[in-house]
Amino acid sequence: MKKIYVNEKWCLGCHLCEYNCAFANSGETDMVKALKDKEISPRIHVEEDGKITYAVSCRHCEDPVCVKSCISGALSKKDGVVTIDKNKCVGCFTCVLVCPYGAVIPTDKHAAIKCELCLKNACGYPACVKGCPNKAIVYEER
Amino acid sequence: MKKEGEIRIPSGCAISAVISKDGNKMTGEKIIESMIPMHDRSNGLGGGFAGYGIYPDHKNEYALHIFFNDKYRIEDCERIIKDSFEIVKKEIIPTRKIPEITDEPIIMRYFVSPLFSLLRSLQLDEKEFVVRIVMKINTEVDGAYVFSSGKNMGAFKAVGFPEDVGRFYKLDEYEGYSWTAHGRYPTNTPGWWGGAHPFGLLDYTIVHNGEISSYDANRRFIEMFGYKCTLQTDTEVITYIADYLIRRQGLSLTETASVIAAPFWTTIENKPEKEREKLKYLRTMFSSLLITGPFSIILGFDGGLMALNDRLKLRSMVVGEYNDKVFIASEEAAIRKMEINAKNIYAPQGGEPIIVKVKEGKF
Amino acid sequence: MSINYIYPEFEVVRNPNRCICCRVCERQCANEVHRFDADGKVMLSDESKCVNCQRCVSLCPTRALKIIKSDCVLRENANWQNQTIKEIYKQAESGGVLLSSMGNPNPLPVYFDKILINASQVTNPSIDPLREPMETKVFLGKKPNKIERDKDGNFINNLPPQIELSMPVMFSAMSYGSISYNAHKSLALAAQKLGILYNTGEGGLHEDFYVYGDNTIVQVASGRFGVHENYLQAGKAIEIKMGQGAKPGIGGHLPGTKIVGDVSKTRMIPEGSDAISPAPHHDIYSIEDLRQLVYSLKEATAYKKPVIVKVAAVHNIAAIASGIARSGADVIAIDGFRGGTGAAPTRVRDNVGIPIELALAAVDKRLRDEGIRNNVSLVVGGSIRSAADVVKSIALGADACYIATAALLALGCHLCRTCQTGKCNWGIATQNPELVKRLNPEIGSQRLINLMTAWKHEIKEMMGGMGINSIETLRGNRLMLRGIGLNEKELEILGISHAGQ
Repeated sequence: MKKIYVNEKWCLGCHLCEYNCAFANSGETDMVKALKDKEISPRIHVEEDGKITYAVSCRHCEDPVCVKSCISGALSKKDGVVTIDKNKCVGCFTCVLVCPYGAVIPTDKHAAIKCELCLKNACGYPACVKGCPNKAIVYEER
Repeated sequence: MKKEGEIRIPSGCAISAVISKDGNKMTGEKIIESMIPMHDRSNGLGGGFAGYGIYPDHKNEYALHIFFNDKYRIEDCERIIKDSFEIVKKEIIPTRKIPEITDEPIIMRYFVSPLFSLLRSLQLDEKEFVVRIVMKINTEVDGAYVFSSGKNMGAFKAVGFPEDVGRFYKLDEYEGYSWTAHGRYPTNTPGWWGGAHPFGLLDYTIVHNGEISSYDANRRFIEMFGYKCTLQTDTEVITYIADYLIRRQGLSLTETASVIAAPFWTTIENKPEKEREKLKYLRTMFSSLLITGPFSIILGFDGGLMALNDRLKLRSMVVGEYNDKVFIASEEAAIRKMEINAKNIYAPQGGEPIIVKVKEGKF
Repeated sequence: MSINYIYPEFEVVRNPNRCICCRVCERQCANEVHRFDADGKVMLSDESKCVNCQRCVSLCPTRALKIIKSDCVLRENANWQNQTIKEIYKQAESGGVLLSSMGNPNPLPVYFDKILINASQVTNPSIDPLREPMETKVFLGKKPNKIERDKDGNFINNLPPQIELSMPVMFSAMSYGSISYNAHKSLALAAQKLGILYNTGEGGLHEDFYVYGDNTIVQVASGRFGVHENYLQAGKAIEIKMGQGAKPGIGGHLPGTKIVGDVSKTRMIPEGSDAISPAPHHDIYSIEDLRQLVYSLKEATAYKKPVIVKVAAVHNIAAIASGIARSGADVIAIDGFRGGTGAAPTRVRDNVGIPIELALAAVDKRLRDEGIRNNVSLVVGGSIRSAADVVKSIALGADACYIATAALLALGCHLCRTCQTGKCNWGIATQNPELVKRLNPEIGSQRLINLMTAWKHEIKEMMGGMGINSIETLRGNRLMLRGIGLNEKELEILGISHAGQ
């Protein structure tokens, strides 16, 4: 199954992936309209430590602890993709706590969000991958 | 109305040739006739012939055919000739006055032998010596032009339709074992007598149909070796290339064909190793002598003919046979005119040389 | 020195309606032009630091940025132009030689733009490269004057070693040091995939790149940096660099700040020491000395590697080339005055040397007049900008072209001409690891391959139009060219007729 992988060697720490992610999941067609003067909550984050930068998003684990921990059955794994049903999510954020990668993100809208490989939005292909200027983020079979 | 491809639309030049493999003599009559059905391939601005074996009485001397614009040039030119050759015989080339051919220059013929002492002091091969003198006359004497310089052969050419040129030169009175002919539809040079074909150097003559795209690349390369392309015609440069490769480099006719109509690299890659190495060597060695663009040529030489098409076969050329004779022409009609019963008529592939030689000792 | 005489050259124009404060501009600018003001929640900029490399412009996701030329100008003066005056201010302040990068930007004649290419109409057919074979393969190297046969009449291969190229273009010398590891890797990868060669320049060959040896020209220049036996053996050919079009008569100077880590190791000089290439080779003060170096290199490599001698196009280039053609060299590379550089004194770059078009025409003619054109192949560089320039060069008489600036542009270079600062935001002319990583060779090599593939298509289209289906019959085929707006002398030197003739 194709997944998103990050090659730290080529990550420039430009954070464009975060903005592309936020835009892709905004439901808007214009980036300015979607993101201007707004706090963004992307589903991918660039971790930084000095000169090392690395974009992190959901690994769609083999045996996802988030799914196991979900008390409302909002998180599930289908065809290898871990998805969240925001209508079922009760906002307990247990998943946020248990995810070892910090890839599930709490929001103030009472539901957690996470990378769903842009399969549910209009993008149709991971926006972070499409927009990465240095091919540090790739979407491929491994 | 029929379109190109459905009907032959006349254009370009006409070439034709006949050779007897047994060395049997033929008058120029047939070759003249062969040009009649191809009349529309010429535009009256040039026609010519080459006959081999036509001077049996002077077969050991070089026959220089020269155009002079006026009689004053004769002296200048003869001075150069006399400095280098013994003139065995000198005469005006006999012509027939016909209304179709006018404004003729003075047309002379000299049978000459190089001065042996001079040859020795210059340390030159006899043929190279002749080439140099021909180049000297053609570049230095304004108004004199050597258009044929081989042994026991001669070129005859003029401004006019080829069938008229043949009658003008009384070719029906010559006998040769091999003839080539050319009708010209000039495209890239003004029609003048010297520019008509065949073009000759020593016993090599070329008749050619086409306009090669490699001209200047070929010219600028070959001029490094003492050749002077004064006419700026394709035929001239092709003749020099043939002379350079065959006489100076010692390539065989087939090898020469592999240089000027070299196979594509993809073709070479697929050949057996020995052949591949050979073709690669020739193509790399003589890359500037590859000829591109359309051409069909007939190279005449002492004792034979070689016909060759460009590697994409962008010009028509057919070959036929009858008994001891082989015919080559732009159109089958020309062959049929020479021999109604000609057999095995076929169109050679692009880049495939057709080499016909007279049997050893028969010419 | 409290007064700054020079107003910044560029203005950073940010459209506040579009800026989303993602700060990518800030993170990507090594010159530190952009910064985020947390109080006002706006991006601010210091245009005095901007070099107009357009990295920020290219990465801004909302196209909120553009860089424009400042319209703050000094009073107009045709003699004392703005640039001239600013250079005087700079020198009055620094007391130093002005440095510049990349090629001569001045409005001197570009002869390529005044040459037009022919096409077939009626009398002979043009050839469609999509339907018919169209050959661009070339072999560089000396061609003997006479064939040889063995006693059975078979040819003896008496050709000296040849360089086979799938198309008549190579990447010219750019040293590891002046450009980054990733830039070199991109060039090497692309050269390998394309079946052409790239050139190490005078910086040695990084040990990782020995695997691309068959597609590498190893350079030997006056500083001899990184030259050792294995290095010479590693390449397909060896190039002796006598000169460079951007700075004829001048050596090289790679500052110690760039001599770090692998660069120092590859150059075989201590970290932090300046790499200074002398102006001449101190073992070549004349043509006979060159011959000795040519043969030393051939001896060292058992006569298996063609030797290229690269010279800058200077006034008497035809005579120089004639000398080189008799020196045993297999290929002469001529670099025109518009050739690029990582750093050169501005005055030299802008005033020394001659255009490559004229140099090429003169050299090709001279070698033919002397009957020695076959002794060498000719490679020309110094601003070959497009497939049309390649076609025109070949028709003027070149065997192949060298490109470098065009290759760097493919890698992302925006010709800001500040390579000498070492702060290349595109990861090309820098050794800063943070910047170097911006050039992913996977992307870089693919862009180079794309560029060359596109040029190859264009070359074929133009050849087909001329009725030529093999590049060798274009070489020196000057009938295929016409000049436009050139005077008699220029036409005579170029050996072409004027359009309409």
